[in-house]
Amino acid sequence: MADFGGELEGFRGEARSWLEENFPASLRRDAERLAEALMMSGERPGGDAELWRKRMADKGWGAPTWPRAYGGGGLSAAQARVLGQEMANIGAYNPIVGMGTSMFGPTLLEYGTEDQKQRHIPPIVRGELRWCQGYSEPGAGSDLAALTTRCEDAGDHWRINGQKIWTSGAQYADWCFCLVRTDTSKKHEGISFVLIDMHQKGVETRPIKLIAGSSPFCETFFTDARVEKNDMVGPLHGGWSVGKRLLQHERSGQGGGRMMGTGAGLPELAKKYVGTDQTGRIADADLRSRITAHMIDARAHLLTVQRAAAEARGNQSPSATTSIMKNSSTRIGQEKAELTLEIMGVQGLGWEGDEFAEEERSAVRGWLSGKAWTIFGGSFEIQNNIISKRILGLPESVRST
Amino acid sequence: MAVLTEEQSMLRDSARTWTQEKSPVAAFRKVRDSGAPLGYDQAAFADMAQMGWTGVIIPEEYGGSDFGYLSLGLILEETGRTLTASPLLATAAAAASAIILGGSAKQKQDWLPKIAAGEVVATLAVDEGAHHAPQKIALTAERKDGGYRLNGRKTFVLEGMAAGLFIVSARTSGAETDTKGITLFLVEAGAKGLSRKALKLADSRGAAVLTFDGVEVGEDSVLGEEGQGSAVLEKTLDRARAALSAEMLGSAVQAFETTLDYLKTRVQFGQVIGAFQALQHRAAKMFTDLELSRSCVEAALTAIDNDSPEAAELVSLAKAKMGDTLHLVSNEMVQMHGGIGMTDAHDAGLYLKRARAAEATFGGQSYHRDRYARIQGF
Repeated sequence: MADFGGELEGFRGEARSWLEENFPASLRRDAERLAEALMMSGERPGGDAELWRKRMADKGWGAPTWPRAYGGGGLSAAQARVLGQEMANIGAYNPIVGMGTSMFGPTLLEYGTEDQKQRHIPPIVRGELRWCQGYSEPGAGSDLAALTTRCEDAGDHWRINGQKIWTSGAQYADWCFCLVRTDTSKKHEGISFVLIDMHQKGVETRPIKLIAGSSPFCETFFTDARVEKNDMVGPLHGGWSVGKRLLQHERSGQGGGRMMGTGAGLPELAKKYVGTDQTGRIADADLRSRITAHMIDARAHLLTVQRAAAEARGNQSPSATTSIMKNSSTRIGQEKAELTLEIMGVQGLGWEGDEFAEEERSAVRGWLSGKAWTIFGGSFEIQNNIISKRILGLPESVRST
Repeated sequence: MAVLTEEQSMLRDSARTWTQEKSPVAAFRKVRDSGAPLGYDQAAFADMAQMGWTGVIIPEEYGGSDFGYLSLGLILEETGRTLTASPLLATAAAAASAIILGGSAKQKQDWLPKIAAGEVVATLAVDEGAHHAPQKIALTAERKDGGYRLNGRKTFVLEGMAAGLFIVSARTSGAETDTKGITLFLVEAGAKGLSRKALKLADSRGAAVLTFDGVEVGEDSVLGEEGQGSAVLEKTLDRARAALSAEMLGSAVQAFETTLDYLKTRVQFGQVIGAFQALQHRAAKMFTDLELSRSCVEAALTAIDNDSPEAAELVSLAKAKMGDTLHLVSNEMVQMHGGIGMTDAHDAGLYLKRARAAEATFGGQSYHRDRYARIQGF
């Protein structure tokens, strides 16, 4: 479809005036913190934040490109980009967040039945229901298809027994999209994709404490949990391809820069903690050169994100470039955390107490929690396997003799 | 790959076709083995000029096509792939930039059409020691009889044996490391008192050491203003560095692809060695670094085309990142090829040698990391 500049600019005006009118002025200074809090906690915001959610829910712009028929915004990709720009200009955040919009929704729109879409998509668009992801198990991490949580036909419903782990936000979730085993005689072809109502007595969640302290992660136990017959997505034993598609949505949401340190701020931080020489350089030459190398890597990553976006707009066939994004961004993010800690010295190891500034305590927590980035959503090694096989065309790996 | 115009796509395609057919690595090997005194094939360079490659950044009024640096980078990427040795970088990127940036109308008229037509090889004579240090200049130019007299030495002058014109950085005032007091001169190769000696380097390209023993030049040979040469020189070097980074990108991409092919064909333990995960992950790392480096190189070239204030830092970013990547890929090329990669008959060694020479040219990784930090103010 041709994108006429004039129409797009017309939409820009429309978006701008709607945002001016509807984004509560009281939220403007606090938008970043509010958006972060939404992602991290189970608390439902009140007051103007709740008002903002309702307005965006009615407009459908929390899921701007989803079809109007299910409550979405019905915008083109170009219009959604403009909307994002205008939201950034005014300092507005998207109040409709979570795995519903980022992962499950796009997958259900592709694979769900009309009935499933009608029932599940509108509450996601409105931010009324929270979803969690039932994928990993204690015995199925990188080798996800080794999962063993059983799903049996109980006549008028499916019966679920087993354990999931790393179910972020399970303790607050209303629903869980879940990979389960329906056939034990096959590996990938014995997996199905079901939707589990978390508000039932066969479901128990236990929060997991991590090296950084408290975490959004849980263990989730299913004991004769019930799934309705019409809540299996895709065919019986055909859940693997649905589940894999969802992972693509998950990974496309990573590596864009959100979790990545840009390198900005490190030189100033180093000047503060380490001091400068007569010419204004960071006094520790070795540290200075490693900060520089990190900043160069971060800039190279950012330029690559921009290049990939330009190529996508330029209508070039989807390039292999995006396959490197996750490993590149997570490595840079972890490197930034390591450097931050090193720059702060002993102060950067402060766990709690008044002797340490808030910035220092969060540096150590961030450093620790960031270790997860190269483990979840396809570990660093799994990403390298994907590049090796899918992009470079190298054969299946073998055990060396 | 950046989004290209139709003209740029055609330019790249024709460069790819020409280098693959007329100037494969075997051609470079032949030049090396023949001991050609200039380090390149003059007929091949004439071909390049014929195709307009020597005039890509030169304005149309001086016989060029004014396609810009990203376009020149596309050509250099292809010549870098096959290790084509020619004065394209020294003349059409570096020297041409200096004259475009700093030259008087007459100097431009005198030299740019000749460069565009491939009639003269021109080059920068900047470095004097083992490391790139454009501000550290000891070669002196003293005023004498309405002109100047030059005394000193220049080394690692690219295509120095072939050049008919040198752009020489000299000190007209100030201490050895002062930015002020540097003046650029156009000095013809035949000037009295100028002698040159071939510098035999591992990469087998043409380079020379120049000795200036009371070389006399007129006032009209000053490029830009006396004492103010540093600014033009920095901008010129940035254009040369960005262009060189594009050539390095091509070399690195080809070194990687050749290695990847080997991983898919070499059999040990009853398997192609590319089935071993230890090698797969190193290949994935190289691919990742190549993608990141390409973004930097294209951003630097584009910034120059747009006269962006960020051009200098993006150039140092590109040269540093590309240098690291080429360093890695050229080493892995030898290692992954094993014994065959150690033989002179294999191309791996040619890429390895080219890599180190290119890294050292116009500043290595540590030089550009330091410069990137200085520009950022720390």
